[in-house]
Amino acid sequence: MIAELGHFSLMVALAVALVLGTLPIVGAARGNVAWMDLARPAARAVFVLVVFSSACLVASFVRDDFSVVYVATNSTRALPLRYKLAAFWGGHEGSMLLWVLILSVWMFAVSVFSRHLPKAMVARILAVMGLVAVGFLLFILLTSSPFERLIPAAEEGRDLNPLLQDPGMVAHPPMLYMGYVGFSVAFAFAIGALLGGNLDATWARWSRPWTTVAWSFLTLGICLGSAWAYYTLGWGGWWFWDPVENASFMPWLAGTALMHSLAVTEKRGGFKNWTVLLAIFAFSLSLLGTFLVRSGVLTSVHSFASDPRRGVFILLFLGVVIGGSLSLFAWRAPKVGLGERFGLVSRETMLLMNNVLFLAAAGSVLLGTLFPLCLDALGLSKISVGPPYFDVVFVVMMTPALFLMGIGPLARWKQAELPQIAQRLKWAFGVSILTALVLPLAMGRWSGLAAFGLCLALWIFAATMVNLWARVRSLPGDLPSRLRGLPLGYYGMLCAHVGVAVFVTGVTLVKSYQTEKDVQMDVGDTVAIGPYTFQFNGITEGNKENYVFAKGNFAVTRDGKPAGTMEPEKRQFLAQQEPMTKADINRGLTRDLYVSLGESVGKTAWTVRVYYKPFVDWIWAGCLVMVLGGILALSDRRYRRSRASESSAYDATGTVVLPA
Amino acid sequence: MTRFAFVRYLLPLAVFAVIAAFLYKGLWMDPREIPSPLIGKPAPDFDLQALEDPTRRIDRKDMLGKVWMLNAWASWCVACRDEHPVLVEFSHTGLVPIIGLNYKDTRREGMKWLTEFGNPYQTSGFDDSGRVGIDYGVYAVPETFLIDKQGVVRFKQIGPVTPDLLRNKLIPLIGRLNA
Repeated sequence: MIAELGHFSLMVALAVALVLGTLPIVGAARGNVAWMDLARPAARAVFVLVVFSSACLVASFVRDDFSVVYVATNSTRALPLRYKLAAFWGGHEGSMLLWVLILSVWMFAVSVFSRHLPKAMVARILAVMGLVAVGFLLFILLTSSPFERLIPAAEEGRDLNPLLQDPGMVAHPPMLYMGYVGFSVAFAFAIGALLGGNLDATWARWSRPWTTVAWSFLTLGICLGSAWAYYTLGWGGWWFWDPVENASFMPWLAGTALMHSLAVTEKRGGFKNWTVLLAIFAFSLSLLGTFLVRSGVLTSVHSFASDPRRGVFILLFLGVVIGGSLSLFAWRAPKVGLGERFGLVSRETMLLMNNVLFLAAAGSVLLGTLFPLCLDALGLSKISVGPPYFDVVFVVMMTPALFLMGIGPLARWKQAELPQIAQRLKWAFGVSILTALVLPLAMGRWSGLAAFGLCLALWIFAATMVNLWARVRSLPGDLPSRLRGLPLGYYGMLCAHVGVAVFVTGVTLVKSYQTEKDVQMDVGDTVAIGPYTFQFNGITEGNKENYVFAKGNFAVTRDGKPAGTMEPEKRQFLAQQEPMTKADINRGLTRDLYVSLGESVGKTAWTVRVYYKPFVDWIWAGCLVMVLGGILALSDRRYRRSRASESSAYDATGTVVLPA
Repeated sequence: MTRFAFVRYLLPLAVFAVIAAFLYKGLWMDPREIPSPLIGKPAPDFDLQALEDPTRRIDRKDMLGKVWMLNAWASWCVACRDEHPVLVEFSHTGLVPIIGLNYKDTRREGMKWLTEFGNPYQTSGFDDSGRVGIDYGVYAVPETFLIDKQGVVRFKQIGPVTPDLLRNKLIPLIGRLNA
């Protein structure tokens, strides 16, 4: 009964979303206030219905209702409760429901935090989001319902994929989807603006915080995913450039470009077309990512062939949404105009270069991800484009972007002078180069790659500090009051940039100085790595709720002094005969020690992999600092001020005539 | 001039149309059904260092008189990771020797892969320059060749070897070639 209620609730949600996607948009075009007013209640109704439906699925999991196919395939009685909850998004059908759930959460948020927006604009934004919801709800109801029954019911479920039974599974997908789907708000703003024709600084100011929230979630989501892969997959990598990762990274790159472009549109009224296009791109790439991951076109042809309706449907939907919005762009954008002119050397130019570089990076990831598919489609072959391609492309694209990150914030809007910028940054430049040349020696071995990466990181940091100092110096009063005088949005920017510096430091030092050993160890054997020695004390075996495990014990010493024990595990899940490696990681500010068990060889010996990874945690710390930057920017005073005065600039329907 | 501007604004749409066309076609492709010009022809010669031991050499001519399998793989290849357990399983049957062609890889990464995931290969040739891969027409990894006693290529698989493929095509074919 519960499953049927969930299913029914989705159908009602579809009907409401259809109303939401049509009437308010027509109302906005015709100035029909009653129809426009439908947007808010309809959006909230969709939210309530989808939440209810999701609750039904959760209830089915908690009650071990194995007469629901989805529950039977993704859970067992013995599964711990937290994973029964996370099993919600453990498979295709639930992931899609999570997508819609999060979309409805965003719709609800827009309906609440939009009191200062003109009616027509709210109507258009919510309607566009409603249309997206229609697509996904139809998709779920027609091809991928998680409420399908299994008659007769299964005695026991098939269990959640062991790789997914991890705390990372609880947090990573919702965060990632909050980011992915969050770009739908910026997208809806862009489409709404194209429809209404009111593309100006105020529009940018409104869509900016939404973009920042989505970007922060996405950054956090990717960060969690990377950290999870690092400790779960058992081979110490933190990024693999596989299609699923790329699918989340492309919207991030486009979203980062969008945030910067929005700054120009808000402050200077420039880059309007760019901003709209980037908003469309960011969300399109989210959708494309969903398609690539869910249809299985890249990873396995067979998962798809079993139900061709799914792939065709998503592709069709993709065509309507992306094709439709790009057509709208081609039709309306030429009338938008380019906005303010600016000099060749100016902050606008720097930000434009940022946009181009980030977009090019997203394009290269897309190319690398789709290239195998294209060759395949042309009948050439099936290939795998690996890290060698992505690594090279990324260093090439990101080096100038990181360099500009130091200069851009110091350059003046409209027209800046190169000699003046050089004058201000010469110390930062000199100091970062000299330090970067010397610093690798402290790691024990000089390396060009390390010096190069550190130089970029130090440069960003130093230039950011110069920037802060310049701003502080120009204010009156004593130091604390000057610091308080600067807007939080500004600190957010600094913080995010410092986060990038931290991230770059981590990546550089891990790449340059990590050491690893693969050895076969018997009880009592030792292996030395870096300044550490590991002694293998044997294996203990045991069992937990739904798996059996072999746990190794290693005594770690540093220069003869004890530095703890480490206990990596090898797990064998009962329901799915799939072994899983659980590495043990001893984390530290300047290094991680990482031990994972390979295979058992003979009676007591095992193959063991040991890593010494300097500064690896800086990678995720950097991401968290970036997220903190996003949060700071959102806490800016100007987002809390009443904006009654702003909306009065609009006429009753909220349209403002475009500048010629 | 204005007509020109319009074209520029259509560009994103055009790019998307191309991508969508590929995606659509991609949905219906079965990449495993591509014939190779090498089939029915003698397998190209090679003489490579062994991955495990640079001092040992692997020569194709040593395999004459046996039906054997050549599998091109690399540690950086995602599809190989799917294929690997299938090969490891298959190698336990001992039906044919499997020779690995470690394609455009490094010794360290290659060895690490074998220690971690198991080694289905009798031995692997270390083809870091990809030279032998080119001779065999390897676009990318994984690819698998079945070569008969006379050194003639009888079958080529582009993309991962699957249990289905083994059961329905390769094992029967090996039976016939060994008969």
